[in-house]
Amino acid sequence: MKLVNFRDVRHIKFDFVKHRKKYFIASGFIILLGLLSLLIFGLNLGIDFVSGTRVEIFIGQAFDEGEIIKELKGINLEPKSVVTAGAENDRAVLRYDKTLQKEEIAQIRGLYTEKFGEKVDVSASTVDPTISRELAWKAFYSVLIASIGIILYVTIRFEFRFAVSAIVALLHDAFMVIAFFSIFQLEVDLPFIAAVLTIVGYSINDTIVIFDRIRENLKYAKVKKVEDVENVVNNSIKQTLARSINTVLTVLFAAVALFILGGEGIRNFSLALLIGLISGAYSSIFIASQLWLTWKGKDMERAKFRSAS
Amino acid sequence: MVRWGRVTGFLLIVVLTFTTIGLTTDNVLEDVILGLDLKGGFEILYQVNPLEGETITPETMKNTVSALERRISVIGVAEPEIQIEGKDRIRIKLAGVFDQDKARKLLGSPAKLTFRNMDGEILMTGKDLVENGAGIGYDQLNQPLVTLKLKDPEKFANITRQYLEKPIAIYLDETMLTAPIVKAVITGGEATIDGQRTVDEAKELAALLNAGALPVDLKEIYSNSVGAKLGSFALKNTVKAGIIGTILIFLFMIVYYRLPGLVATITLSAYIYLVLRIFTWMGATLTLPGIAAFILGIGMAVDANIITYERIKDELRSGKTILSALRAGSRRSFGTIFDANLTTILAALVLFYFGSSAIQGFAITLITSILVSFFTAVFGSRILLNLLVRGNVGTKPWYYGVKESEISEL
Repeated sequence: MKLVNFRDVRHIKFDFVKHRKKYFIASGFIILLGLLSLLIFGLNLGIDFVSGTRVEIFIGQAFDEGEIIKELKGINLEPKSVVTAGAENDRAVLRYDKTLQKEEIAQIRGLYTEKFGEKVDVSASTVDPTISRELAWKAFYSVLIASIGIILYVTIRFEFRFAVSAIVALLHDAFMVIAFFSIFQLEVDLPFIAAVLTIVGYSINDTIVIFDRIRENLKYAKVKKVEDVENVVNNSIKQTLARSINTVLTVLFAAVALFILGGEGIRNFSLALLIGLISGAYSSIFIASQLWLTWKGKDMERAKFRSAS
Repeated sequence: MVRWGRVTGFLLIVVLTFTTIGLTTDNVLEDVILGLDLKGGFEILYQVNPLEGETITPETMKNTVSALERRISVIGVAEPEIQIEGKDRIRIKLAGVFDQDKARKLLGSPAKLTFRNMDGEILMTGKDLVENGAGIGYDQLNQPLVTLKLKDPEKFANITRQYLEKPIAIYLDETMLTAPIVKAVITGGEATIDGQRTVDEAKELAALLNAGALPVDLKEIYSNSVGAKLGSFALKNTVKAGIIGTILIFLFMIVYYRLPGLVATITLSAYIYLVLRIFTWMGATLTLPGIAAFILGIGMAVDANIITYERIKDELRSGKTILSALRAGSRRSFGTIFDANLTTILAALVLFYFGSSAIQGFAITLITSILVSFFTAVFGSRILLNLLVRGNVGTKPWYYGVKESEISEL
């Protein structure tokens, strides 16, 4: 196997900073698409966020969805939707808009135990709307407060421009995942929030490593013109490219394994992770670093202008 | 020349690490407390509402929790988790296999016992009973019944005198249990409730009475129940995914980074083992999002290795010797890893502080993972690599994934 040594900067011809406007436009376009989708379709909220009950039944053999609906209708418990799940299509997931009482869940359990025997196993979750709204707000506030904390830390350790650029990239990644789930109308549940929060952690981690290199290279470079800064950023990205790619690859190994093998419970979780990881790796190089460069460049020009006049 | 002292040191550490892992892994896996999403069980969040004319105080919350604890002991669930959330909420988590419908009924019912006359007038309440005084007994026909002791025999004697030859109904909440006719004036302060169909039913009622009435009204606002089978499916699948993901990471590290990659797989194994160990020490519960955070933590640990190894490669390419490349690479990568991990910990801390219980589990796992990875991936790798290099093993750049042609002349 021949592996390319990305770190050998001489091999990389690509100019990362030249096309930065294009990256901004591309990301802006996807964000716009996501915003439109959010406005038009919204999010497909699972029962963690809208009130109702989700019942998962392990049946242990294949079954007919239509028949299930008919039988549930028979006991006045017609679900809003029935989804077949499980590797062997031996599970049914029922969703109800209303909150089922424990007696009603017992009724459903009774129905299936009678029909398919004792191997039947039932899981149910019910949420009151007040509590779910609280959950979403809590997550939202958490990210906001975490962002402020990160800005403070990075400002102290690095500088304000780095901090804000890193936060923009972080929000960009979180939004990418939300947009993806809105466009494809995938169910948003509590683990999804955990996934978005993981992305937040990963994204900042990934960005800081590149920023750290930019900061280091700036120390040794004689920066006089905007082009000098461009060179520093370009080289820093190239020097950390092998790490950027390898790290996202290894985390992706785990996320893909979770996605394929992890089972229903965390399928959406791992999908959110996948999208976010890719976006996180992309944004560190193509959004965070470029934003910083643009900002730094503007500040330099302004300073020059001031000293000239 | 290979210096065998150092190499032996290296081998000793590796053998010791793996022996410890091998000998105690069964133990660790048994000790890990699995969340209810992995082993079945249920979680209920109650909104606590005051009874008429009362208010919710921290005191009533505490009393409610202890009443709930006594009830759970009736169900026989090991290691229940009961938390007070905010001012007026209680979250209960019961993991394991048990009759979930029954548990719910037992937990949520106020269990207020009243003795009423024919007009529904309350003569006596559960508060008149001796605490922990309920038990079971058998009547002449060997039918089970519940025995009660009264605090004030005088009061009960008066009541039975007043209602002699008349029925007194005994209600548990709004359910009439039985309405015995008072046959005689009871002066001894002991009474019985008959009408129990089975011994178990009688035991349950006695236990409920002993647990006492709830001082509040509980409303279920969130519940999540997982069947034991569905839970174990989730566990099996996630563990399988974790193992395969880890093997892929190991292979990648060895193929790409060679000797340091091999060292990384050793320290990563130690990392996985340590995180699980710490989990059992902390008595933390491993949940599905927790496992996900754990696997992600592996990624973070690998990242620390990758950052260091890339630095070492860099130094090698610039023409340094292996030993000084190792030293410089380790030193220069440390700050980067430190800053990157600290920002992630910062984010996790905020999540822990503000998040709900599921998010908190995730945050704890992430923080533990990062801290442990710092020791294994940064210090562990450094020590092992140093022993190898100083032992004169793997002194060619090839072992580090660097080609001779890439090395610039000094």
